[in-house]
Amino acid sequence: MIMSYFSEIYNGIKTLLTGMSVTGKYFLTSRKGAITQQYPDNRATLKMFDRFRGEVIMPHDENNEHACTGCQKCEIACPNGTIEIIWDRGIDEVTGKKKKKIDKFVYHLSLCTMCGLCIDVCPTDAIKWGQNFENSVYDRTQLTRVLNKPESKVRAGIED
Amino acid sequence: METTTINNNFKSEEYFINMGPQHPATHGVLRLILTIDGEIIKKVEPDLGYIHRSIEKMCERDSYQQIVHLTDRMDYLSSHINNEAVCLTVENALELEVPDRVKVIRTIIGELTRIASHCLWWGVMGMDVGALTTYFYGFRDREMINDIFEETCGARLTMNYNVPGGLMFDIHPNFVKRTKDFITHFKTKIPEYDRLLTGNVIFQKRMKGVGILTREDAISFGASGPVGRGSGYSCDVRKHHPYSALDKVTFNEAIKTGGDSLARYEVRIQELWESLSIIEQLIDNIPGGEHRVTTKAVIKLPKGEFYQKVETARGEFGVYIISTGTKSPYRLKFRSPGFSNLSLLNHIAVGGKIGDLVATMATLDLVIPDIDR
Amino acid sequence: MNISLSITKSIHDWLYNIMPEGAASIVEMVLIGLVYLAIFAIAGLFLVLLERRVAAWFQLRIGPNRVGFQGLLQTMADALKLLSKELTGTVKADKFLYNLAPYFVIISSLMALAVIPFTKEFHAFDINIGIFFLIAVSSIGVIGILLGGWASNNKFALIGAMRSGVQTISYELSIGLSLLTMILITGSLQLSEIVEVQKSGWLIVQGHVPAIIAFMIYMIAGTAETNRAPFDMVEAESELGAGFHTEYSGMKFAYFFLAEFINMFLIAAIATTIFFGGWLSPFGITESIPWLGVLWFLGKTLTLVFLMMWFRWTFPRLRVDQLLTLEWKYLLPINLVNIVIMAIIVWLNLTIQI
Repeated sequence: MIMSYFSEIYNGIKTLLTGMSVTGKYFLTSRKGAITQQYPDNRATLKMFDRFRGEVIMPHDENNEHACTGCQKCEIACPNGTIEIIWDRGIDEVTGKKKKKIDKFVYHLSLCTMCGLCIDVCPTDAIKWGQNFENSVYDRTQLTRVLNKPESKVRAGIED
Repeated sequence: METTTINNNFKSEEYFINMGPQHPATHGVLRLILTIDGEIIKKVEPDLGYIHRSIEKMCERDSYQQIVHLTDRMDYLSSHINNEAVCLTVENALELEVPDRVKVIRTIIGELTRIASHCLWWGVMGMDVGALTTYFYGFRDREMINDIFEETCGARLTMNYNVPGGLMFDIHPNFVKRTKDFITHFKTKIPEYDRLLTGNVIFQKRMKGVGILTREDAISFGASGPVGRGSGYSCDVRKHHPYSALDKVTFNEAIKTGGDSLARYEVRIQELWESLSIIEQLIDNIPGGEHRVTTKAVIKLPKGEFYQKVETARGEFGVYIISTGTKSPYRLKFRSPGFSNLSLLNHIAVGGKIGDLVATMATLDLVIPDIDR
Repeated sequence: MNISLSITKSIHDWLYNIMPEGAASIVEMVLIGLVYLAIFAIAGLFLVLLERRVAAWFQLRIGPNRVGFQGLLQTMADALKLLSKELTGTVKADKFLYNLAPYFVIISSLMALAVIPFTKEFHAFDINIGIFFLIAVSSIGVIGILLGGWASNNKFALIGAMRSGVQTISYELSIGLSLLTMILITGSLQLSEIVEVQKSGWLIVQGHVPAIIAFMIYMIAGTAETNRAPFDMVEAESELGAGFHTEYSGMKFAYFFLAEFINMFLIAAIATTIFFGGWLSPFGITESIPWLGVLWFLGKTLTLVFLMMWFRWTFPRLRVDQLLTLEWKYLLPINLVNIVIMAIIVWLNLTIQI
């Protein structure tokens, strides 16, 4: 009875000291062990992974041409109505036939859940993930973006 | 309505407190209406609905590919396993055989998700009983897994990596190396978890004999996952109804018979070891081949009812689809583990102190968006 | 080299030269009061910063490092922010008691600070019942906590306050008894005399086994007295939100917050004085250079403060009934036996004298 009383105290103190040794070890090695990032300071070196889903972008080449044919598969695949494609029919310069072309590729970043279904279904790889994650703006309308640049057109030879 | 029912059975010494919807211990927007006598809990009434987004209703308008990403937002700590459940249901309904590579990768990522979830749980568990440092140690290890996910899936939490028919894209070339690094790192850290918290005399006293759930009660309340297994109820879906590549691996089902908070805690710690061993068995033999079977652009399930259950980090997660042959389900029901586990809180917390309630709730490992959907 | 001595003495002489004796002594008291207020503020702010840095290092973080060099001005900025904040309160609160509560807490810790011998000359109030005074004054603080919790008309605050009452009543006993154990060796309650006695060895060395036990009990009870983890039942943020100061904001909250840190400093300072020889250093350095005693004293105190921080950032919190079990079933009986052992040791002259 009396022995168990004291052995309980002894074991209790021992486990407390074991716990303190764990934190104490980290305290001593804390100089090199910080796991947090100094975020706005490390902007220059901070690189997101290639597949990181920051926002949907539409890459344009040097001739201001993109690969979007306006097939609207992404618009259908999107669960949230994030993508709106405003399109028109124009005359193809090469074949002379009437062809669908995009007027505006509207992307509502504020509605996007980054599910990646639009990029998954895109047959021409016209849209991609951008690695930008700093999306805070003062005005919510800035989150509605037109992804195709002004005066841009679809690259020749891209068919869906 | 609720308040009047409480008032009727209200004794003059008792008073009630609203714990939540904004309270540090409820981990989200759960509201507990506590009837208390001094420090002793007389009644716990969970009040839900603060984060209800009608996900099941939204599923009825979405295509089967789109449903997957909604399950990320339910139990966000086991998002990959939830995705897998929906994909498995759809694949079963279509009688689609996915490649072995897909199965193995799904299992590895699923177990990594489980470890990440338990790491977060361990940190928060420590924080709920007052040891604030555990939170950061748990998060340190979880961050490594999140980096693996981010490199392969592109997101850290809501991954949406599964699609019906396989995976959205193949694993990143660094995936295997990073996962192995994590395994070697984490094997040294679990003993540290034990030294810091499990063995601690204060922690043991807080946990032992508190919130006792008998095996019978666990079954009748529909408890699953570590909560059920802490009461000696063998309910691991991975063992009883193996899915993906889980039939190819050997592991022990973590079962403790104590039924108290400590047993639930120990089950989760043991599950960390088991998950590590599952990953170790699979990581070196990821079969080659395709990462995806091409499905039709519009998936239409045959007429009928389909059910698939998986084991998330919290327990049994079921997807029940009634299809009428159209492109979206007629009705979709998620069986979430958190809901049943929360329902037994009143049963096990009554008679304890406020501190006991917080500790017990931490061992139930509730994720509120999972309960509320 | 008697810098502090000569400065205080010359100010003293100068005051008595230019004004009548009564006025001079009042001015002198006010000046000393202001000096102590300044010490209080600086020590409080410094300790908050220290706590945050130490916590960060335990938790693999960096801690505050933006405001000023290495974040040294962080707590200063926080204090400014708290000063400029609105003082909110609940509508049905007892306004008088609600506003009174923070002052109880802060004044009691200020009063206790007065009797601490920082060094031989730096000792505002060398009363002959020093330890008795300390114990008495430090228990006034709990009235502030009880009032604050009661008057703010919030159930979480009320539970916190009641827990605090329970906790303080229990642990005052252990603090008193563990200090009493040491007084058996010194035979005096006066703090300056207690330090004098330790010129032949720290009391923890003189009293060996029972003194070490008394020290451990003192540290446990002292941590409980200051309401710090693992005994932070009063705040217990995972259970009660913020406990008794849930409804306080701005500077009124800051008073509670500062008082907690000053109390921690006080507990460590008392332990230093009674167990570890106060400002005494080996080889009598502080006797030849008295102002060095302050540094020596602060060094020992901060070591003990660090120990309390280490406790806080490692251990889980006890439950309220376990808190009482620890006191009444473990600390108190051990303490009573310990006093008897100590009495026998002193009686048989078994103390270790260097």
